[in-house]
Amino acid sequence: MNVTGNLTITTPSDTELEIHRQFNAPARFVFDAYTKPELIRRWMLGPPGWTMPVCEVDLRVDGRFRYEWRNAEGAVMAMSGVFQEIDPPNRLVSTERFDEDWTGGDTVTMIVFSESEGKTAMSQTIRYSSKEARDGALRSGMAEGMEAGFVRLDEIVSA
Amino acid sequence: MTPSRLDVTFAALADPTRRAILARLATGEATVNDLVKPFSLSQPAISKHIKVLERAGLVTRGRDAQRRPCRLAAKPLAEATEWLEAYRRFWEHSFHHLDGLIEEMKALEDKSAAERGKGDLR
Repeated sequence: MNVTGNLTITTPSDTELEIHRQFNAPARFVFDAYTKPELIRRWMLGPPGWTMPVCEVDLRVDGRFRYEWRNAEGAVMAMSGVFQEIDPPNRLVSTERFDEDWTGGDTVTMIVFSESEGKTAMSQTIRYSSKEARDGALRSGMAEGMEAGFVRLDEIVSA
Repeated sequence: MTPSRLDVTFAALADPTRRAILARLATGEATVNDLVKPFSLSQPAISKHIKVLERAGLVTRGRDAQRRPCRLAAKPLAEATEWLEAYRRFWEHSFHHLDGLIEEMKALEDKSAAERGKGDLR
């Protein structure tokens, strides 16, 4: 299984993170998977063991969404957001905040889907309120006690 | 790891020469002189890079007053890697699920298109 796929994560500025990934389908499929709760809760799950028991999406400008994750050990993680721009199937902008607020205030997420020859290039830019906020977010609950692998130095530093 | 420590680590890693020095040290300790030749840099230049890496806790130096060999200190590097790696893992796993879901969505649409097609023929 090639989990690595063609995922790249870069830090284009001190306050941003950018995620790129290709999907083997037209943009409307990917857009739906990102915006329909019954689809979101089937994939936005992270490592094995996590589920999304709560997934509510009011897909309109100023509409709210809420995701709550839970893992097998009972750990809980949750975030809420508000849609700022919705342009199916090309673009989605929202403000987001985790309940634990480890990002030091709202983050702004801009997702762009670019379709070409039946495939979709997705770029997801997350803008944090400060550099400290971004770095704090990365050190946070997303981490679930993983083993360190410093040999992957190239991978982080080439980002 | 405190945020400031992580900042220092990442700043130290931002330089390609310093990353190359770390890669060299990953294979075993080396003195500043050992590093001069392969990197085609002056001794002061190498020393300067080593100092930055030392400050970031990425390199420790031996007590031998003459040679003071440099060694890779794995812990801060592991912490820095872990930091971004956890994030990457979250999305890697999620996107892997998404790939499967998208195939399912496409198959479903093909199926309903085929069924519609059949209906037209009737």
